[in-house]
Amino acid sequence: MDRIKIIDVHEDVLANNDRAAEALRMRLHEKGTLLINLMSSPGSGKTTLLNATLDAVAGRLSVGVMEADVDSDVDAYAVQRHGARAVQLHTGGMCHLDAAMCEQGLRELGTDGLDVVFIENVGNLICPAEFDTGAARKVMILSAPEGHDKPLKYPLMFEVSDVVIVSKMDVAEHFDFSLEELERNVRARNPQARIMPLSAKTGEGMQQWVDWLLGEVAAWQG
Amino acid sequence: MHELGIVFHMIETLETVAVQNELTTIARVTLDLGEVTGILPDYLLDCWRWAADRTELLHGADLELHQIPAVTVCNACGRTYATVEHGKICPHCQSPETVLLCGNEIEIATVEGR
Repeated sequence: MDRIKIIDVHEDVLANNDRAAEALRMRLHEKGTLLINLMSSPGSGKTTLLNATLDAVAGRLSVGVMEADVDSDVDAYAVQRHGARAVQLHTGGMCHLDAAMCEQGLRELGTDGLDVVFIENVGNLICPAEFDTGAARKVMILSAPEGHDKPLKYPLMFEVSDVVIVSKMDVAEHFDFSLEELERNVRARNPQARIMPLSAKTGEGMQQWVDWLLGEVAAWQG
Repeated sequence: MHELGIVFHMIETLETVAVQNELTTIARVTLDLGEVTGILPDYLLDCWRWAADRTELLHGADLELHQIPAVTVCNACGRTYATVEHGKICPHCQSPETVLLCGNEIEIATVEGR
Protein backbone atom coordinates (compact mmCIF):
# COMPACT_ATOMS: atom_id res chain seq x y z
CA MET A 1 0.00 0.00 0.00
CA ASP A 2 1.25 3.49 -0.82
CA ARG A 3 2.03 5.73 2.09
CA ILE A 4 -0.39 8.47 2.94
CA LYS A 5 0.78 11.80 1.58
CA ILE A 6 -0.07 15.11 3.20
CA ILE A 7 0.03 17.94 0.72
CA ASP A 8 0.07 21.66 1.50
CA VAL A 9 -2.15 23.15 -1.14
CA HIS A 10 -3.14 26.65 0.06
CA GLU A 11 -5.20 27.30 -3.02
CA ASP A 12 -8.19 29.61 -3.17
CA VAL A 13 -11.22 27.48 -3.98
CA LEU A 14 -12.38 30.01 -6.55
CA ALA A 15 -8.96 30.35 -8.23
CA ASN A 16 -9.98 27.96 -11.05
CA ASN A 17 -13.15 29.91 -11.61
CA ASP A 18 -11.26 33.21 -11.62
CA ARG A 19 -8.78 31.91 -14.21
CA ALA A 20 -11.60 30.61 -16.43
CA ALA A 21 -13.40 33.95 -16.08
CA GLU A 22 -10.29 35.93 -17.04
CA ALA A 23 -9.68 33.74 -20.11
CA LEU A 24 -13.30 34.18 -21.19
CA ARG A 25 -13.05 37.96 -20.71
CA MET A 26 -9.95 38.09 -22.94
CA ARG A 27 -11.57 35.99 -25.68
CA LEU A 28 -14.65 38.22 -25.67
CA HIS A 29 -12.43 41.31 -25.82
CA GLU A 30 -10.77 39.99 -28.99
CA LYS A 31 -14.18 39.34 -30.52
CA GLY A 32 -15.47 42.77 -29.48
CA THR A 33 -18.39 41.45 -27.44
CA LEU A 34 -19.05 43.25 -24.16
CA LEU A 35 -20.42 40.87 -21.54
CA ILE A 36 -22.42 42.56 -18.78
CA ASN A 37 -23.45 40.76 -15.60
CA LEU A 38 -26.83 42.14 -14.53
CA MET A 39 -27.69 41.34 -10.92
CA SER A 40 -30.55 42.18 -8.58
CA SER A 41 -33.22 40.78 -6.28
CA PRO A 42 -36.17 38.96 -7.84
CA GLY A 43 -38.78 41.43 -9.05
CA SER A 44 -36.51 44.49 -9.25
CA GLY A 45 -37.26 44.96 -12.95
CA LYS A 46 -34.32 43.31 -14.76
CA THR A 47 -36.45 42.06 -17.64
CA THR A 48 -38.38 45.34 -17.93
CA LEU A 49 -35.11 47.30 -18.04
CA LEU A 50 -33.67 44.95 -20.65
CA ASN A 51 -36.75 45.28 -22.84
CA ALA A 52 -36.66 49.08 -22.64
CA THR A 53 -32.89 49.02 -23.34
CA LEU A 54 -33.39 46.77 -26.37
CA ASP A 55 -35.99 49.17 -27.76
CA ALA A 56 -33.65 52.14 -27.16
CA VAL A 57 -30.61 50.64 -28.92
CA ALA A 58 -32.51 48.93 -31.77
CA GLY A 59 -30.59 49.38 -35.02
CA ARG A 60 -27.46 50.54 -33.16
CA LEU A 61 -26.36 47.47 -31.20
CA SER A 62 -26.99 43.78 -31.66
CA VAL A 63 -27.71 42.32 -28.27
CA GLY A 64 -27.74 38.83 -26.78
CA VAL A 65 -29.30 37.88 -23.47
CA MET A 66 -28.61 34.86 -21.28
CA GLU A 67 -31.44 34.40 -18.83
CA ALA A 68 -30.35 32.46 -15.78
CA ASP A 69 -33.07 31.06 -13.59
CA VAL A 70 -33.51 28.09 -11.37
CA ASP A 71 -36.36 27.07 -13.71
CA SER A 72 -38.84 28.39 -16.36
CA ASP A 73 -38.21 30.22 -19.64
CA VAL A 74 -40.68 33.10 -19.52
CA ASP A 75 -37.96 35.77 -19.49
CA ALA A 76 -36.15 34.48 -22.60
CA TYR A 77 -39.34 34.73 -24.67
CA ALA A 78 -39.98 38.24 -23.36
CA VAL A 79 -36.59 39.64 -24.46
CA GLN A 80 -36.73 37.80 -27.81
CA ARG A 81 -39.88 39.73 -28.65
CA HIS A 82 -37.82 42.92 -28.18
CA GLY A 83 -35.18 41.85 -30.70
CA ALA A 84 -32.50 40.11 -28.63
CA ARG A 85 -30.93 36.78 -29.37
CA ALA A 86 -31.68 34.85 -26.18
CA VAL A 87 -30.99 31.60 -24.39
CA GLN A 88 -32.40 30.37 -21.13
CA LEU A 89 -29.99 28.77 -18.66
CA HIS A 90 -31.31 26.64 -15.85
CA THR A 91 -28.95 26.54 -12.92
CA GLY A 92 -30.49 23.37 -11.51
CA GLY A 93 -31.18 24.84 -8.11
CA MET A 94 -27.92 26.80 -7.81
CA CYS A 95 -28.18 30.37 -6.63
CA HIS A 96 -25.70 31.92 -9.10
CA LEU A 97 -23.80 31.51 -12.36
CA ASP A 98 -20.08 30.81 -12.49
CA ALA A 99 -17.64 31.16 -15.39
CA ALA A 100 -18.11 27.59 -16.68
CA MET A 101 -21.91 27.88 -16.78
CA CYS A 102 -21.60 31.26 -18.45
CA GLU A 103 -19.23 29.93 -21.11
CA GLN A 104 -21.58 27.04 -21.84
CA GLY A 105 -24.45 29.51 -22.26
CA LEU A 106 -22.40 31.71 -24.60
CA ARG A 107 -21.58 28.70 -26.77
CA GLU A 108 -25.26 27.94 -27.08
CA LEU A 109 -26.12 31.58 -27.76
CA GLY A 110 -23.32 32.13 -30.28
CA THR A 111 -21.57 35.49 -29.84
CA ASP A 112 -20.71 36.13 -33.52
CA GLY A 113 -21.91 39.57 -34.52
CA LEU A 114 -23.10 40.51 -31.03
CA ASP A 115 -21.91 43.84 -29.60
CA VAL A 116 -23.16 43.17 -26.13
CA VAL A 117 -24.44 40.20 -24.15
CA PHE A 118 -26.34 40.62 -20.90
CA ILE A 119 -26.32 37.90 -18.29
CA GLU A 120 -29.58 38.18 -16.43
CA ASN A 121 -28.26 36.52 -13.30
CA VAL A 122 -30.34 34.62 -10.76
CA GLY A 123 -32.39 37.05 -8.65
CA ASN A 124 -30.36 37.26 -5.44
CA LEU A 125 -28.23 40.00 -3.84
CA ILE A 126 -25.72 37.70 -2.17
CA CYS A 127 -24.33 34.77 -4.15
CA PRO A 128 -23.98 36.25 -7.65
CA ALA A 129 -21.62 38.89 -6.20
CA GLU A 130 -19.14 36.19 -5.14
CA PHE A 131 -18.53 34.54 -8.51
CA ASP A 132 -16.64 36.02 -11.45
CA THR A 133 -18.62 35.04 -14.56
CA GLY A 134 -16.14 36.48 -17.06
CA ALA A 135 -18.26 39.59 -17.54
CA ALA A 136 -16.40 42.83 -18.31
CA ARG A 137 -18.85 45.01 -16.37
CA LYS A 138 -21.13 44.40 -13.41
CA VAL A 139 -24.39 46.25 -13.19
CA MET A 140 -26.85 45.87 -10.36
CA ILE A 141 -30.41 47.04 -10.10
CA LEU A 142 -32.00 48.13 -6.86
CA SER A 143 -35.68 49.02 -7.18
CA ALA A 144 -36.83 51.98 -5.10
CA PRO A 145 -39.45 49.91 -3.21
CA GLU A 146 -36.65 47.68 -1.84
CA GLY A 147 -35.42 50.60 0.28
CA HIS A 148 -32.28 52.74 0.60
CA ASP A 149 -30.81 50.59 3.40
CA LYS A 150 -29.87 47.67 1.11
CA PRO A 151 -26.19 48.66 0.66
CA LEU A 152 -25.83 48.21 4.42
CA LYS A 153 -27.37 44.75 4.32
CA TYR A 154 -25.77 43.39 1.14
CA PRO A 155 -22.45 45.28 1.04
CA LEU A 156 -20.54 42.98 -1.33
CA MET A 157 -23.06 43.36 -4.16
CA PHE A 158 -22.73 47.16 -3.96
CA GLU A 159 -18.93 46.97 -3.66
CA VAL A 160 -18.40 44.93 -6.81
CA SER A 161 -20.83 46.77 -9.11
CA ASP A 162 -19.65 49.33 -11.69
CA VAL A 163 -23.16 50.72 -12.04
CA VAL A 164 -26.02 50.81 -9.54
CA ILE A 165 -29.31 51.36 -11.36
CA VAL A 166 -32.13 52.58 -9.13
CA SER A 167 -35.25 51.34 -10.89
CA LYS A 168 -38.96 52.09 -10.50
CA MET A 169 -38.25 55.74 -9.65
CA ASP A 170 -41.74 56.58 -10.96
CA VAL A 171 -43.24 55.01 -7.81
CA ALA A 172 -40.48 55.98 -5.35
CA GLU A 173 -42.60 58.70 -3.70
CA HIS A 174 -45.06 56.06 -2.46
CA PHE A 175 -42.36 54.26 -0.52
CA ASP A 176 -40.12 55.11 2.38
CA PHE A 177 -37.20 55.70 0.01
CA SER A 178 -34.57 58.45 -0.08
CA LEU A 179 -32.26 58.69 -3.09
CA GLU A 180 -29.82 60.85 -1.06
CA GLU A 181 -29.60 58.20 1.68
CA LEU A 182 -29.10 55.50 -0.92
CA GLU A 183 -26.30 57.45 -2.60
CA ARG A 184 -24.62 57.96 0.78
CA ASN A 185 -24.88 54.24 1.58
CA VAL A 186 -23.50 53.20 -1.81
CA ARG A 187 -20.64 55.76 -1.69
CA ALA A 188 -19.55 54.45 1.73
CA ARG A 189 -18.92 51.04 0.08
CA ASN A 190 -18.01 51.98 -3.44
CA PRO A 191 -16.99 55.58 -4.19
CA GLN A 192 -16.48 54.81 -7.93
CA ALA A 193 -19.92 53.35 -8.64
CA ARG A 194 -22.11 55.17 -11.16
CA ILE A 195 -25.58 55.59 -9.66
CA MET A 196 -28.40 55.92 -12.22
CA PRO A 197 -31.95 56.51 -11.01
CA LEU A 198 -34.48 55.70 -13.73
CA SER A 199 -37.87 54.31 -14.66
CA ALA A 200 -37.94 51.86 -17.55
CA LYS A 201 -41.71 52.28 -17.60
CA THR A 202 -41.87 56.06 -18.08
CA GLY A 203 -38.45 56.40 -19.74
CA GLU A 204 -37.25 58.93 -17.13
CA GLY A 205 -33.46 58.62 -16.66
CA MET A 206 -33.09 56.00 -19.42
CA GLN A 207 -30.91 58.24 -21.60
CA GLN A 208 -28.04 58.26 -19.09
CA TRP A 209 -28.05 54.45 -18.96
CA VAL A 210 -28.25 54.02 -22.75
CA ASP A 211 -25.42 56.55 -23.23
CA TRP A 212 -23.29 54.67 -20.71
CA LEU A 213 -23.95 51.40 -22.52
CA LEU A 214 -23.11 52.82 -25.96
CA GLY A 215 -19.93 54.39 -24.57
CA GLU A 216 -18.79 51.17 -22.90
CA VAL A 217 -19.38 49.12 -26.07
CA ALA A 218 -17.45 51.66 -28.16
CA ALA A 219 -14.54 51.64 -25.67
CA TRP A 220 -14.51 47.80 -25.51
CA GLN A 221 -14.45 47.51 -29.30
CA GLY A 222 -12.09 50.51 -29.71
CA MET B 1 -26.04 30.73 0.65
CA HIS B 2 -23.88 29.33 -2.12
CA GLU B 3 -22.34 26.37 -0.32
CA LEU B 4 -23.11 23.85 -3.07
CA GLY B 5 -21.37 26.00 -5.68
CA ILE B 6 -18.33 26.30 -3.41
CA VAL B 7 -18.25 22.51 -2.93
CA PHE B 8 -18.31 21.93 -6.71
CA HIS B 9 -15.35 24.30 -7.11
CA MET B 10 -13.52 22.56 -4.25
CA ILE B 11 -13.98 19.18 -5.92
CA GLU B 12 -12.66 20.58 -9.20
CA THR B 13 -9.57 21.95 -7.45
CA LEU B 14 -9.04 18.68 -5.54
CA GLU B 15 -9.22 16.66 -8.76
CA THR B 16 -6.38 18.79 -10.15
CA VAL B 17 -4.38 18.42 -6.92
CA ALA B 18 -4.86 14.63 -7.09
CA VAL B 19 -3.54 14.44 -10.66
CA GLN B 20 -0.54 16.66 -9.85
CA ASN B 21 0.37 14.60 -6.78
CA GLU B 22 -0.58 11.16 -8.15
CA LEU B 23 -3.30 10.52 -5.57
CA THR B 24 -6.08 8.02 -6.30
CA THR B 25 -8.03 8.56 -3.08
CA ILE B 26 -8.27 11.51 -0.71
CA ALA B 27 -9.20 10.80 2.90
CA ARG B 28 -9.07 14.25 4.48
CA VAL B 29 -9.22 17.86 3.41
CA THR B 30 -8.74 20.93 5.57
CA LEU B 31 -10.27 24.21 4.48
CA ASP B 32 -9.48 27.70 5.78
CA LEU B 33 -12.78 29.51 5.95
CA GLY B 34 -12.99 33.24 6.67
CA GLU B 35 -15.53 34.44 9.19
CA VAL B 36 -17.29 36.84 6.78
CA THR B 37 -17.53 34.71 3.63
CA GLY B 38 -21.25 34.27 4.25
CA ILE B 39 -20.75 30.52 4.11
CA LEU B 40 -22.53 28.50 6.76
CA PRO B 41 -20.25 25.71 8.01
CA ASP B 42 -23.11 23.24 8.62
CA TYR B 43 -24.50 23.72 5.12
CA LEU B 44 -21.02 23.46 3.62
CA LEU B 45 -20.41 20.15 5.44
CA ASP B 46 -23.80 18.78 4.32
CA CYS B 47 -23.13 19.76 0.70
CA TRP B 48 -19.64 18.28 0.96
CA ARG B 49 -20.96 14.91 2.17
CA TRP B 50 -23.54 14.80 -0.59
CA ALA B 51 -21.20 15.76 -3.42
CA ALA B 52 -17.94 14.14 -2.24
CA ASP B 53 -19.57 10.73 -1.86
CA ARG B 54 -20.61 10.86 -5.50
CA THR B 55 -16.96 10.90 -6.63
CA GLU B 56 -14.49 8.05 -6.60
CA LEU B 57 -11.63 10.29 -5.46
CA LEU B 58 -13.39 11.78 -2.43
CA HIS B 59 -15.78 9.05 -1.34
CA GLY B 60 -15.96 9.13 2.47
CA ALA B 61 -13.38 11.94 2.71
CA ASP B 62 -13.54 14.10 5.83
CA LEU B 63 -13.70 17.86 5.52
CA GLU B 64 -12.25 19.84 8.42
CA LEU B 65 -12.93 23.56 8.63
CA HIS B 66 -10.54 26.09 10.21
CA GLN B 67 -12.24 29.38 10.82
CA ILE B 68 -10.19 32.52 10.11
CA PRO B 69 -11.37 35.50 12.19
CA ALA B 70 -12.26 38.63 10.25
CA VAL B 71 -10.08 41.68 10.94
CA THR B 72 -10.54 45.18 9.53
CA VAL B 73 -7.88 47.90 9.37
CA CYS B 74 -8.74 51.58 9.65
CA ASN B 75 -6.98 53.79 7.10
CA ALA B 76 -7.59 56.89 9.23
CA CYS B 77 -6.00 55.79 12.53
CA GLY B 78 -4.12 52.70 11.38
CA ARG B 79 -5.56 50.44 14.05
CA THR B 80 -7.23 47.08 13.51
CA TYR B 81 -10.41 45.66 15.03
CA ALA B 82 -12.74 42.64 14.94
CA THR B 83 -14.99 43.03 11.87
CA VAL B 84 -17.99 41.03 13.05
CA GLU B 85 -18.23 42.93 16.32
CA HIS B 86 -17.83 46.48 14.94
CA GLY B 87 -18.68 46.36 11.21
CA LYS B 88 -17.66 49.10 8.77
CA ILE B 89 -17.12 52.01 11.19
CA CYS B 90 -13.83 52.07 13.12
CA PRO B 91 -14.56 51.71 16.88
CA HIS B 92 -11.35 53.65 17.74
CA CYS B 93 -11.88 56.83 15.68
CA GLN B 94 -15.38 56.41 14.07
CA SER B 95 -13.93 56.68 10.54
CA PRO B 96 -15.70 54.80 7.71
CA GLU B 97 -12.39 54.57 5.79
CA THR B 98 -11.83 50.94 6.66
CA VAL B 99 -10.71 47.88 4.69
CA LEU B 100 -11.16 44.19 5.40
CA LEU B 101 -7.73 42.69 6.13
CA CYS B 102 -8.70 39.03 6.36
CA GLY B 103 -11.77 36.89 6.88
CA ASN B 104 -12.84 36.40 3.28
CA GLU B 105 -10.73 33.28 2.61
CA ILE B 106 -12.03 30.04 1.16
CA GLU B 107 -8.77 28.14 0.78
CA ILE B 108 -7.94 24.48 0.63
CA ALA B 109 -5.11 24.25 3.16
CA THR B 110 -4.05 20.59 3.18
CA VAL B 111 -5.00 17.34 1.50
CA GLU B 112 -4.32 13.85 2.82
CA GLY B 113 -4.48 10.94 0.42
CA ARG B 114 -2.68 8.10 -1.21
